[in-house]
Amino acid sequence: MTQFTHIGLGHFLALSAILFALGMGGVLTRRNALSVFMSIELMLNSANLAFASFARYTFTMSGHVFVFMAMVVAACEVAVGLAILLSIYRSRATLSLDELDLLKW
Amino acid sequence: MGHETAIEIVNQGQAAAYIALIPLLPFLGFLANGMGWIILRDKWPRMLVNVIAVSVVFISFALSVMAFLDLKALEEGAYLFVEPFKWIEAGGVDAPIKLVFDRLSAVMCLVVTGVGGLIHLYSTGYMSHDKSFARYFAYLNLFTFAMMLLVMGGNIVIMFVGWEGVGLCSYLLIGFWYEDPEKASAGKKAFVVNRIGDFGFLVGIFTIFWLMGTMDFAAMRDWVIAHPEVMSGKTLLGVSVATIIGIALFVGATGKSAQIPLYVWLPDAMAGPTPVSALIHAATMVTAGVYMIGRLNFIYAYSPAALMVVAGVGVVTALFSATIGFTQTDIKKVLAYSTVSQLGYMFTAMGVAAYAAGIFHLTTHAFFKALLFLGSGSVIHGLSGEQDMTKMGGLSKLMKITCWSMFAGYFAIAGFPGLAGFVSKDEILWKAYSNSVHPAQFNQIVYLIGLVAAVCTAIYMTRLMMLTFFTPSRMDPEVEHHVHESPWTMTVPLIALAILSAVGGIFNWPHALGGGASFEHWLHPMWMEVNTTHEAHGHASHAMEYVLMGLSVGLAVGAMASVAFLYYKYREKTAVIAERLGVLYRASLNKYWVDEIYETLVINPIKSISYYFLFRLFDANVIDGAVNGLAGLTKGLGHAGGRMHTGKVQTYALYIAIGLLVILTFYLGTR
Repeated sequence: MTQFTHIGLGHFLALSAILFALGMGGVLTRRNALSVFMSIELMLNSANLAFASFARYTFTMSGHVFVFMAMVVAACEVAVGLAILLSIYRSRATLSLDELDLLKW
Repeated sequence: MGHETAIEIVNQGQAAAYIALIPLLPFLGFLANGMGWIILRDKWPRMLVNVIAVSVVFISFALSVMAFLDLKALEEGAYLFVEPFKWIEAGGVDAPIKLVFDRLSAVMCLVVTGVGGLIHLYSTGYMSHDKSFARYFAYLNLFTFAMMLLVMGGNIVIMFVGWEGVGLCSYLLIGFWYEDPEKASAGKKAFVVNRIGDFGFLVGIFTIFWLMGTMDFAAMRDWVIAHPEVMSGKTLLGVSVATIIGIALFVGATGKSAQIPLYVWLPDAMAGPTPVSALIHAATMVTAGVYMIGRLNFIYAYSPAALMVVAGVGVVTALFSATIGFTQTDIKKVLAYSTVSQLGYMFTAMGVAAYAAGIFHLTTHAFFKALLFLGSGSVIHGLSGEQDMTKMGGLSKLMKITCWSMFAGYFAIAGFPGLAGFVSKDEILWKAYSNSVHPAQFNQIVYLIGLVAAVCTAIYMTRLMMLTFFTPSRMDPEVEHHVHESPWTMTVPLIALAILSAVGGIFNWPHALGGGASFEHWLHPMWMEVNTTHEAHGHASHAMEYVLMGLSVGLAVGAMASVAFLYYKYREKTAVIAERLGVLYRASLNKYWVDEIYETLVINPIKSISYYFLFRLFDANVIDGAVNGLAGLTKGLGHAGGRMHTGKVQTYALYIAIGLLVILTFYLGTR
């Protein structure tokens, strides 16, 4: 029964994997650009969780540093990404990814 | 019998940088006038064009004289050379830019720059009304440059560069008035026919390189001296290598020097300006083949068979084209066939190993044929472009200088005793008769044909002179009104060449007439004796020489007198004579239908094969098919691949996800 009472690295990684899968499912299936965007954030955070778990597990700091790094980049990305979405919405009056398909052959 | 004397040849080169200027100066003239024409067109001043174009050639002549004097101070067999830089150095091939000024190139340099300079001067008058003045002189200077490369090249590659260069200039200058399609196509014909000959020349070069492993003339000569048994012993397809090389090179010479069967371009080349006909198509370029055989005489020395071909083709060409000259009415065409005929004489001389006689005839021919062409140019200029002799006549009073200077050329070419042409032509006929290179029967036939051709020469030249200058005028009154003697720039070269044609014989006055034959002695170190088995003629004595000389002189002078009398007294009878001769007359008038025969036998089949097989079948299907097929395949693949680019960001994300899965599966699966 110890495997249920003790929460180890495997649990964290499993959670991280589940979050990642959820995020990827969202990216692939949602039609609204904002939802896709949020799903990407979810995937990023699943990675962060994995980093933090490994850092705690190995008693090193580099994983934490990566997490901070990822958070900073994510913050920047949010700022730029939302701005892009906003200007797309202004010009196209939609955020449906099915209609944003100019970049093709 | 020849080897012992041949081995004594000394090869002593002496560096002399200034001889590089001899070809370089005309090249600079070409650059200056060519650039001036391209950039400034008509604003490039004519006076400057004249000064540059003429002076560079005369300075080259002065330098040639200087080099000649330097060379004269050296001992026999020595030569001046300059090797400015390496050029082709690849594997066994070593062809540096090397210019050589030996006794043979000295003669050629003096002739080309001397006669060339006079013709440049003449051109300033003749072309004064032309709008592409600078272009003309740029080409003419480029020609001089190429010709100097040809005669001064120290290896056969440089010679070939010059060989092709003069061909290019010939093409450019024949088609100089390219607005006229007929003239443009005459240029093209000259180029194509020359290319056929050049193929033979290239085969010769390759065979030489394959055999001897060198391109350098001096090294080739040394090789030949060191390996006489290979030259006559080694065979390809049952023919000795010397014969193969000799005949392949001679094929090149038949193209460049207008011999049977490739002479057909030269008469058409008269479409170019007349000074060009004088310089390129009479005095210098067309003699390149003769020079080449002289330069490579050490190869011909091992192949009497190749020499026999050369002599045979030469003498037949001499007679054949002389008979065409009888009936042509275009003054330049008569001179063109005359040139072909005289070139035939030169080859006859080369073919009987009388190299000095051939080169000397080349020199005197340069004098008198340039003179005759320039004289005819002066007539054409004075008659506002009329070239038909049936519309001339009576010009002796209107163009005195032209008429009397041309007389010197006429007497020279007809073989009148004492003049340059007499000395050189008689030497050839004598050597053709008395040489020990070929069997006696062959020599007698060659001599007879040559003698008949000499008589023909006297006949057609007399006809030309009579029709142009002495018979009553048949000119258009309009044209006659404008007839004028040419300006000094044109008459001075005429007079200079007339003097040379008259007294040029003294350079090689034969022993039989008490002369020193100095030209022959000057060139003697250049030649190698022919390796032959025939005994010299027992009766090749001075007495025999006098008899033959008297025979040819008597026949020539007799022909001149009788034809002159005929045209003077009974000109209306000439039409009756033509009538009587019937098919012979028509054959000569139509140039034996050679052009038509070539058209049917060669040109049309080639055109048909090119069009139906190469173009319609092969090019359109195979080559276009391959190219278009490849293009179509690429395009199709691109289209198929393009379908994956939907533009939807989620499709791309899906591809990434699938890729990730594949990689992971692979990675985890192989662990």
